[in-house]
Amino acid sequence: MEMTGLSLLTVVLFLPMVGLTILMFMNEEKQRNAIRWTTFGFSIATFLLSLLLWALHDPANPGLQFVQRNDWLPTFGVSYYVGIDGLGLILVLLTTFIMPLAILFSFTSHIFEERGREKLYYIFMLLLEWAMIGVFVAQDLVIFYIFWEVTLVPMYFLVGIWGGDQRVYAAVKFFLYTMAGSILMLLAVLYVGGQAGTFAVPEIVAGVQAGTLVFPFDGLFSTQSFLFLGFLIAFAIKVPIFPFHSWLPDAHVQAPTAGSVILAGVLLKMGTYGIIRFCLPMFPEASVAWAPVVGVLGVIGIIYGAWVSYAQQDIKKLVAYSSVSHMGFVVIGIFALNAQGMQGAVLQMVNHGISTGGLFLLVGMLYERRHTKDINAYGGIWKALPFFGALSLIITLSSMGLPGLNGFVGEFTILLGTLGSDVLGITFALFATLGVILAAIYMLYMFQKVFLGELDKPENQHLHPMTWPEVTVLVVVVVMVFWIGVQPAIWFEMMDSSTNAIVDSVAQFTPQLTAMLR
Amino acid sequence: MVPTEAYVILSMVLFAMGTLGVLLRRNAIIVFMSVELMLNASNLALVAFSRQWQGVDGQLFTFFVMTVAAAEVAVGLALIVAIFRTKQSINIDELHLMEG
Amino acid sequence: MQNLALIAPLIILFPSVGAFINFVWGPKLNERASAIIGSVAAGATFFIALGMFSYLTGNNFQPAIIDPPLLDGWLRIPSANLEIPWQQRIDTLSVTMLLFVTFVGTLIHIYAAGYMHGDKRFSRFFAYLNMFLAFMLILVTGNNFLMMFVGWEGVGVCSYLLIGFWWDKPKGEGIKNANAARKAFIANRVGDFGVLMALFLTFWTFGSLDFFKPTEIANPAHYEHLVHEDDSHAGEEDSHSGEEGDDHGGEGEGESTTAQTVALSTDTTVAQEGEEDDHGGEAAADDHGGEESHSDPFGFYVNNDHLTYNQLGVFGQAEKLLKLGEGETLDRGDGTQVGRTVVIGSWTTDIDTVVSLIALFMLLGAAGKSAQIPLFVWLPDAMAGPTPVSALIHAATMVTAGVYMMVRSNTFFYYADEVSLIVTIIGGVTALAAGFMALGQWDIKRVLAYSTVSQLGFMVAAVGIGAYAAAIFHMMTHAFFKALLFLGSGSVIHGMEHGHHHLHDHGHGAGGHGHDDKAHAAAHDSHGHDSHGHDSHGHDEKHDDHAHDDHFDPQDMRTMGGLSRRMPITYITYVIGAAALAGIWPLSGFWSKDEILADAWRAAIFDGKLSGYIALGLLLAAAFMTAFYMTRQVWLVFHGEGRHDAVKHVPESVWQMTVPLIILGVFSVFIGFVNLPSDPGVSSLGLEAVFGLHALTDWLEYSVLHAHVGAFEWLIALVATGVGLAAIFLGIRIYGGANPLNEKNEDPLYVNRGFRPLFVFSNARMYWDEAYDRLFIRPFQAIARLLARVDWDFWHDYVHDSVITKGFNGVAKILSQPVDNGLIDGTVRGVGRLVKGISGVLRQAQTGYVRVYAVALLVGVVAVVVLMLLPVLQG
Repeated sequence: MEMTGLSLLTVVLFLPMVGLTILMFMNEEKQRNAIRWTTFGFSIATFLLSLLLWALHDPANPGLQFVQRNDWLPTFGVSYYVGIDGLGLILVLLTTFIMPLAILFSFTSHIFEERGREKLYYIFMLLLEWAMIGVFVAQDLVIFYIFWEVTLVPMYFLVGIWGGDQRVYAAVKFFLYTMAGSILMLLAVLYVGGQAGTFAVPEIVAGVQAGTLVFPFDGLFSTQSFLFLGFLIAFAIKVPIFPFHSWLPDAHVQAPTAGSVILAGVLLKMGTYGIIRFCLPMFPEASVAWAPVVGVLGVIGIIYGAWVSYAQQDIKKLVAYSSVSHMGFVVIGIFALNAQGMQGAVLQMVNHGISTGGLFLLVGMLYERRHTKDINAYGGIWKALPFFGALSLIITLSSMGLPGLNGFVGEFTILLGTLGSDVLGITFALFATLGVILAAIYMLYMFQKVFLGELDKPENQHLHPMTWPEVTVLVVVVVMVFWIGVQPAIWFEMMDSSTNAIVDSVAQFTPQLTAMLR
Repeated sequence: MVPTEAYVILSMVLFAMGTLGVLLRRNAIIVFMSVELMLNASNLALVAFSRQWQGVDGQLFTFFVMTVAAAEVAVGLALIVAIFRTKQSINIDELHLMEG
Repeated sequence: MQNLALIAPLIILFPSVGAFINFVWGPKLNERASAIIGSVAAGATFFIALGMFSYLTGNNFQPAIIDPPLLDGWLRIPSANLEIPWQQRIDTLSVTMLLFVTFVGTLIHIYAAGYMHGDKRFSRFFAYLNMFLAFMLILVTGNNFLMMFVGWEGVGVCSYLLIGFWWDKPKGEGIKNANAARKAFIANRVGDFGVLMALFLTFWTFGSLDFFKPTEIANPAHYEHLVHEDDSHAGEEDSHSGEEGDDHGGEGEGESTTAQTVALSTDTTVAQEGEEDDHGGEAAADDHGGEESHSDPFGFYVNNDHLTYNQLGVFGQAEKLLKLGEGETLDRGDGTQVGRTVVIGSWTTDIDTVVSLIALFMLLGAAGKSAQIPLFVWLPDAMAGPTPVSALIHAATMVTAGVYMMVRSNTFFYYADEVSLIVTIIGGVTALAAGFMALGQWDIKRVLAYSTVSQLGFMVAAVGIGAYAAAIFHMMTHAFFKALLFLGSGSVIHGMEHGHHHLHDHGHGAGGHGHDDKAHAAAHDSHGHDSHGHDSHGHDEKHDDHAHDDHFDPQDMRTMGGLSRRMPITYITYVIGAAALAGIWPLSGFWSKDEILADAWRAAIFDGKLSGYIALGLLLAAAFMTAFYMTRQVWLVFHGEGRHDAVKHVPESVWQMTVPLIILGVFSVFIGFVNLPSDPGVSSLGLEAVFGLHALTDWLEYSVLHAHVGAFEWLIALVATGVGLAAIFLGIRIYGGANPLNEKNEDPLYVNRGFRPLFVFSNARMYWDEAYDRLFIRPFQAIARLLARVDWDFWHDYVHDSVITKGFNGVAKILSQPVDNGLIDGTVRGVGRLVKGISGVLRQAQTGYVRVYAVALLVGVVAVVVLMLLPVLQG
């Protein structure tokens, strides 16, 4: 096993931990501002360093870069093995981009007036950032699993301590559901590691591709399929893919705003990332065989999520269900198993992180002012907060997939890939495209209910003007919305070779398998 | 010269008598004496074989047995006295505390 | 002058900048500054459009493809061969659209400066208008379907924002406006679904979304005459090629060259001269020759021989594939072959099916944008927006985008016969049905809205019968006269508001009516969904009371009458617009409508096409409706006596409003001459000397492959005119009195028992909205609520609480009581009991009598001895 020196990636990964350590020695009462700015400073520093990663990243190379590998438990073939390709990079960037926004937004939040423990809150934020970056850079199944589980802990406490009225219920539900899936993944991880003699993903994938490592496959229910499903179910709960979504509204509705933003912005992506990184290249045949099934669930998720979203009276719940719909697009994009679908799916992850994260920020700002999430309590807000209304409109339109804004680019490429897919095809595309209509229906419904109409409710007439962190955060989001919408080519280039390698690793099994299954 | 068989037979007879005494008598003293009889039967056999094989092992062993027997007598009689003091009897049938 | 095309991106930049300024600094600007910024930005686009026009005429109609500076490509996935650039296309079709969009747009900007005076979001309004213009121009100039789609959706958003511009009006009016806006957007989204599907299929079939590639010629046949010129003037060409871009030199040679054109008829030549007029056919002279070695992207190719199949755009490829015979293949240019079989993922089919599907999906998209059955219902409601918006977006420009897309994709429709038949039926039925619905409306703008739907039906039907040039022609004339009508109606509404205001100020003391005009206008600008009840059938006494009270509706034609004396300019221009719309010779509407009808006639008679008969029948009936409802409107609004006191105080509108009316009025008269049919005889008044014959069609043919020249059919012209005049005569008979309405303000058609059901049906808008409400909206909402309940109560609560939680608790109980306590503890305890039982038996052996033990010992010893001795004894 090769040993490597300190990589920039490790620095990026552990920078939040450094900040966390410093925070621990600060006094909550006397250094309130210092705590905030330290947290924000470290998240920004992490972001800047990840930009450096981007600058140094070679997009033409599909393999791992910034690799660092050190023995950890050599007896079991476990090592500290980190590295990123274009796919990992784009998600690390998303994480380090979303975190400062979430932290900055928390500066003016009222949650600490009720619940206190501000220092602990920021400690959990940095812990969460560390774990999330870890998930996206880990190249060893065991390390990955550890990071995966560690993300649960800070999130559990963020929801459980600073959440809404039913925070404990939501936190426990979130924890248990994810945990339940993780158990299956753990079993699959152990089996795979045992068979391969190593937990290093690149080596396992190389073995599978070369045919030296075989997970027997002869249909929808065989060894490989069960391993695939073990991973998939863990990821599907996280995404969440259609029938596994019932934890999501609770977690989103109860979480504090920053928690919702991170949950929608990054945590959900861990699921889809996992599918791309682990399920597809390690179990290619099973992926092809199960693609139509997962595709159907994705399409159901798109339509169902949108439809249910329309009937919600709680804004946060509405946005939460819209996540189910949007992530359905990502899922079918992945299982289209072609370059368009896959890259669209990855970009859509970023887009969803930005747009839905933005929507949660909007809802959070409204909640800070009115302390209600009931959609009927609003109306005419555009008049009370004109600038806020305009930014909200842009984010809403982006979430609806308006061409020229970011949401469209992802959706379009995904649907394009779906229609031309060898495994999905035109029927899937037809139904999935209906989601575009439905998105307009529920998004405009929300926008109208909240922002349009007469400003007739007295408590809405004197809302606190936007604070500078709020303005900053929203403007940054809107700038990203336009940038990705108009110039998405940069992002596609970043991941093109990496995702293509993954697609190819599956595609080579497609023809004979589709023939076999038909 | 008396053949070894004769000693052995005598020894067997003595041993059998001792055994029967142990099994059949109820008086602790008698049982005790029967045990001594069995020991001495074996001593006799040892001495007889010792003579036959022209070795001193058997005679040496006899001394051991005699020593043990002496010790046994000392302890045994003390026990009997102690039992008699508590039970006012030396009938061994009354000593069945080990009954399950 | 090829560099002239490079300014094309400015046409989008100007309105964008205008919109940006008005967005960001708008609240700080005064009305005058906002209006000037908006109008100048719009005016600048018109001048750039003129520049593009002169570019094309100066460059032999060579299309220019412009990559905007500073922007990288757009969608680019290298490993998927997906490459969609930001790229503008300047060709005759897009420039046609550019010209009338920017011209009408500019006029409407100026008009809006007067109309929106006093509105508290004045600058925001101009920002939206500019933004709309920018998106509309993206739509029109995009060189690929996706860019067109950007504009397509962008104008949809602007339309949404502008329909709902007065979203904060009190008494629920604001919400009604917002509802109308939302309805428009969602109906359009249904159409967008179709467009998206069409795009996906197009991409997988042709591997590209570009209309045409750089250097590709849309219609090589139409350039043939240039080849011939080239042969005869090879020497001259060379000498002039160097001067290109410098000036307009060589006009003399140009004209002589054009005169010698051999490939096309003399008509064409005349047409060109007419069209180019002051550019004097420099066309031929200015350009390079043939296919000779020009790598310059603006170089001059007259056909596509220099391009392989793979280098062609979507339509070029489609054209080639569709002409292939069964089993034939074509070289792609990279050594591989392509045939009629199309493989899209796991789906294998042939090119005809795919093209039909694409056309069908596009039809759905067009039905959304261009308000055709079944998606037209949003357009009448869209009248909730301010009147300039109705004129610009919902009459002249945006709603024509669907037709534009179909004409742009004429290759698909040309070859998809069945789909074209469907297109014809949809267009024709829409034209007729909307015309019918228009004649029962009371709201002055709503009549025009249905009229717009109806006229769009004409255009769509024209596409269906293959009269692509006629569709664009009608789109163009319609843009002028319908914008004129809308602006006229806006002028009337404005006047009625003033009159009513005046009335209140003097008549009622106006104590409680301090609200300004705009607030009032907005409050009544839309009838929203309830206008069925609100407009009622004119026999509601209470309604009349309201009309004189707070609920005065400045758009209700029942309150008007006799306005011709109060607002003469508005009246005259309105009548011109109405006559043009009704197709009265020689106004513009006559020519465009007649071309469609004549094409339908020829499709029916000469080609024996079913679609021709259908179109002819439906459209003639629709033309009758058109003339009738316009007569009704003009007479109700302008003639007779005023039916409301407010009429007496109506002033003529300000110059910002009347000047655009006059300009549009002039154009509504003359714009029809740009496309005189061949052989018009005396009907053209000899104006072909000025305009040439079918100039527009010739011009369009450079971009629209299947456009064809329309001929004049005396029979059709006479029949159509007869129908129109009959309708007008009938209309005057019915509505011509001093007060055509009876004392209850009921329509004569309603009063007449024979026509009453028809009028009621028309007034109720054929119950479309009600039907959609029952069929789609309510089931959708019910299912949404049901799903939400199922999701929350069943899947979230029941499954979580009852199945998972209770199941978990249940299993825990089973584990703790029967399993743990019962089975596991039981086993342990059972082992104990077993041992106890066995030992109970065994203890019997323990008598405690030493003797017994000794016997046992003895028996044991004996047994051991016997066992030891056994072998000895046995020997």
